[in-house]
Amino acid sequence: MIKEGYEVVIGLETHAELNTESKIYCSCKNQFGLEVNTQVCPVCMGMPGTLPTLNEKVVDYAIKMGHALNCTINTVCKQDRKNYFYPDLPKAYQISQAEVPLCQNGYVDIYVDGEEKRIGVTRIHIEEDAGKLLHSDKFSGSLVDLNRCGVPLIEIVSEPDMRSSAEAKAYLETLKSILQYLGICDCKMQEGSIRCDVNVSVHKPGEPFGTRSEMKNVNSFSAAVRGIDYEVNRQIEILKSGGVVDQETRRWDDEKGVSVSMRSKEDAQDYRYFPEPDLLTIVVDKERIASLKDEIPELPNKKLIRYIKEFGLNIKEAAAISENFEKAEFFDKCVSFESISPRSVCNWLLGDIARFENANNISVWDTCLTPEKLVELISVIDSGKISNAAGKTVFDIIVKEDRDITEIIEEKSLAQVSDVSALETIADEVLLQNEKSVSDYKNGKTNALGFLVGQCMKASRGKANPSLMKDIILKKLNS
Amino acid sequence: MELYNTNGYELSEMLRTKKISSAELTEAVFSRIDSVEQSVGAYVTLDKENSVRKAKEVDDKRSRGEELSPLAGIPVGIKDNISTKGLLTTCSSKMLSDYVPPFNATVMDKLIKQDVVVTGKLNMDEFAMGSSTETSYFKKTKNPYDISRIPGGSSGGSAAAVSAGEAVMTLGSDTGGSIRQPAAYCGVVGLKPTYGAVSRFGLVAFASSLDQIGPIGRCVKDTAMLFDAICGYDEKDATSANIKHPSYLNSMNGEVKGLKIGIPKEYFSKGIDNSVKTAVLNAVKLLENNGALVKEVSLPSTDYALNAYYIISSAEASSNLARYDGVKYGYRAKDYDGLIDMYEKTRSEGFGDEVKRRIMLGTFVLSSGFYDAYYKKARLLQRRISAEFSDVFSNVDVLCAPTVPTTAFKIGENIDNPIKMYATDVCTVTINIAGLPAMSIPCGYDDKGLPIGLQLIANKFDEQTLFNTAECYENLIGGFKHPEL
Repeated sequence: MIKEGYEVVIGLETHAELNTESKIYCSCKNQFGLEVNTQVCPVCMGMPGTLPTLNEKVVDYAIKMGHALNCTINTVCKQDRKNYFYPDLPKAYQISQAEVPLCQNGYVDIYVDGEEKRIGVTRIHIEEDAGKLLHSDKFSGSLVDLNRCGVPLIEIVSEPDMRSSAEAKAYLETLKSILQYLGICDCKMQEGSIRCDVNVSVHKPGEPFGTRSEMKNVNSFSAAVRGIDYEVNRQIEILKSGGVVDQETRRWDDEKGVSVSMRSKEDAQDYRYFPEPDLLTIVVDKERIASLKDEIPELPNKKLIRYIKEFGLNIKEAAAISENFEKAEFFDKCVSFESISPRSVCNWLLGDIARFENANNISVWDTCLTPEKLVELISVIDSGKISNAAGKTVFDIIVKEDRDITEIIEEKSLAQVSDVSALETIADEVLLQNEKSVSDYKNGKTNALGFLVGQCMKASRGKANPSLMKDIILKKLNS
Repeated sequence: MELYNTNGYELSEMLRTKKISSAELTEAVFSRIDSVEQSVGAYVTLDKENSVRKAKEVDDKRSRGEELSPLAGIPVGIKDNISTKGLLTTCSSKMLSDYVPPFNATVMDKLIKQDVVVTGKLNMDEFAMGSSTETSYFKKTKNPYDISRIPGGSSGGSAAAVSAGEAVMTLGSDTGGSIRQPAAYCGVVGLKPTYGAVSRFGLVAFASSLDQIGPIGRCVKDTAMLFDAICGYDEKDATSANIKHPSYLNSMNGEVKGLKIGIPKEYFSKGIDNSVKTAVLNAVKLLENNGALVKEVSLPSTDYALNAYYIISSAEASSNLARYDGVKYGYRAKDYDGLIDMYEKTRSEGFGDEVKRRIMLGTFVLSSGFYDAYYKKARLLQRRISAEFSDVFSNVDVLCAPTVPTTAFKIGENIDNPIKMYATDVCTVTINIAGLPAMSIPCGYDDKGLPIGLQLIANKFDEQTLFNTAECYENLIGGFKHPEL
C-alpha cells in the first residue's frame, strides 16, 4: 500500500498461549479465570531453591505450529534466561529462547484482496508467561496475581513482509485459525490468549526501509489495525514535516486511539540473555518431528483457497467455513459424498446450522446432526422428495433428536406430491374457483400466476412439488 | 571417646543394637552444642525441640521392631541454604532472615524419610559466596582447631559442626570448593559429588551449573553413608542424572592395589604452602607404598579455571539472586518512593558486600557488548578444561592434589582482599567447572597444628574410587583425629 507517497512496512511478534493441561515448568493447572493466586506452587512463584522442569507437550505444540508455518525445526536448541525486574515476574527472569529458537525460517500464505500473499516467519520460540498486576480503587498500590506465571507461550516472529494494516489483520486471522486448527491455543482474545507487538516503518518506494517503532499492548486484531494506521499516519506526518522517526518502543492506548512513547532506543533494556542452566538442551529426534508433522491437518488458509477454486464458494463463505476447524471438518465430510452439492452444504452450514449453533452456543458436532444426516436431508430436498419448507421442518427435528429422516417424512406426511395427475386435479379445481385471477393473467397480469400457484400449494397443504405445480398451471393457462 | 564425637557408622550400629537410644545421642549432641557453640558459632538456627521429638519417635519405632535406615536417629545438621519446610532457611543473609520455606528440598525429603534427626541450620557465607563464612549476616563461625581462625567456607558451619562434635554429620553445598575447603580447614571429610548426582531441588541457587549438595563427616564411611542417603535421580531437577547408584558404603573396599594415581603438576605450583605440599605428597607416598601406581599428569588450562569460575558463577548468581526484590518474601526496605526505589533500597540493604560484588560482576559479564568477551569465553574454557580431565582420566583412576594451598587463616585476614580470598579456591573450582566428584580428607597438620586437606578427584560418577582410596588412607593412618576444644 502506498500512502501519501510512502510505502508501509509491518512486522509482527505474536504471542499465543498454549492450552496444555499444565504449565510449562511445573505441574500447576494451566487454566484462565480461576481465583487469584490459586494456580501456583513454589516453582512458578520462583521461591528460593525451586527448579523448572520442561513440559514436553509444549515442545510438541510448538513443533506443530512450526510445521504449520513451514518452518525448519531445530533438532537441538536451548532455553535462555531473559533478565528484567518487574513485580509480575517472580524469578526476575523469563525463561525463553534467544539465539536458537525451536522453529525458524518458515512462511504462511494469507489471502487478502482476492490474492494470496506469502508472509515470511522468522522464528517460533517457546517461553513462559508472566503474572498480572491488579489495580483497583478497592485497595491502594498494586497487587499481583501469579496464576498466569508459567503459562506456556509461543512467540511467532514474522518477517517485515506486510504492507498494510489489512495484510496484518489477515496474517493475524490466519495465525489464529491455524492455532485453532492445531488445537494448541484457545484463541480467546478477551482472555489475552493471543497478543501481539507491532513493528511499523514507512519509506519512499525504492528507498531503504525507514526507522521502525515497536508498539506494545496491542490486544486485539482490530486494535492492531487501528494502531498500525495511527502509527503510519504519525510517521508520515513526521517525515512530511521534515522530521526524523525515532527508533523507540511505544504503547498503544486503544481507548484513546493513540500510541505514546515508552522508551527510546538508548533506554532499551539489556536483558542479559544467557543459557538457562537449570534446564537441559532440548533435543528432538527426527521421528518425533515427523510424527508431529503427520498430525497436521489441512490448514485453513489452504482450505480457503480450495473452497473458492473447487467449490465456487465466495471468499466470505469460504472464510466462514475454513476458519472454523469444526465447521470445515463437517463441510469436508459432507462434500466427500458424491453427488452432493457443496453449495447446498454451504448454505445449510452458514444458515440454519450456524443459527442453531449460535443460539445454543455449541458446535455442529455437538448437535444430533451428522454429515450423513445432512447429506440425506439435502438429497431428499434436491431430488424433490420434500420441499425446502418441509426440509426445514425435518432439520428442526434431526438437529435435536437422533431420528430417521424417512420416518419423519412419513410421520409428518411431508413427502411432496409429484404425481402429475394428482397435481392436475388440484390445478383444475383451483383454476375453476379463481376465474378472476385466470382472466387477470390472460389480460397480461402475470403476477396472478404466483397467486394461483400459492393457492394450489395451499390446497395441497404444502405438499405439492412447487416447480412441477407451476409448470402445470402455466401449461393450463396458456392452453 | 564421647558419643558426640563417635563416628556415625559406629553410632548407627549402637543404635541398631540398642546399646544407645537416639534420645541419648541427641541429648549428647545438644549438650555438646551447649558447651562449645558459644565459641564455635556453627549454627544459625537450632531446632532442639523437634530433634528431641524426632529422636523419641525413632526410638519408639525401633522398639516396635520397625525396619529402619542406617541413618535413623542420627543427628545431622543442614547448611542454611537447603530448603527445610517450616524451618528458617536464611542463606545467612539479611535478605532471607525471616524466610520459612513452605517446602522441603529433595535431600530433606530423603533424610526425613530415613528418620534423620535434624539438629538445625548451619552458618555459611551469605548465599554461599565466600571462602571463610565471614560474609554471613548473622555471625562468624570459628575454626574448632583455633577459634581465632576461620573454618573456611562457604559451608563453614557444616564443617565446624562436624569437627567440633555439634552434629554427627552435616550437609553442605559446593559451588567452587565450599564443602572441600572448609572440610580441609576443619580436619573433616567432605565430598563434592559429581554434578547431577544429588538433586539440587530446594538448594537455594548460587550458580546453578556448578552447585552440588554433598555430605561432610568425621570419617570416610560416614560421608559415604550420608551420600548414599541423598544421591539419586530426581524428576524435579532436570540436571540430575538418571542413573542407578550403588550403595557406596557397602561397595567400599578400601583397596588401592593397582590404583592409578595422577599427580596434576599444576596444583603444586605457585602459592602452595610447603607444609601442605609435603603432607599431600606424603599421603600419596603412603598410598603408593600400599600398591597404588603414581605418575605425574598435566592439566594445562588449570591456570585459567579461577577466572572462568568467577565469570560463570557470578553470571549465574546475578540472575539467580534477582528474585530477592522485596516483592514476594524476605526483606523489604522500610521507606521507599515507588517501585524502582523499593527494588534499589531492598537490594542495597538486604545484601552484604560480597554478594553485591558478585551480582555486579555477573551483571557486567552478561551485559550486551561484554558477553562474548567474558561469559562466552569462560564457557569455551569450561569445555576445554573438561576435555583435559577426560584425557587424564583415560590414563589414571584418581587425582591427588591439595584441597587448599594453605591452612586456615585468621578471621579478618583476607576479608578486605577479595582477590586473595578468591585465590584460596584455586585448587577446588576447576573440579566444579568440569562437573567432577572430589573429596577432601585430612592428611596431616602444619606447624601450628592446623589441618591440611588431601583432595581426591575422580571421573564423573566414580565416587566409589574416591571412597575406596580415602578409606584406604584413613585405615593406613589409623583414623582421623578430633580437635581439642
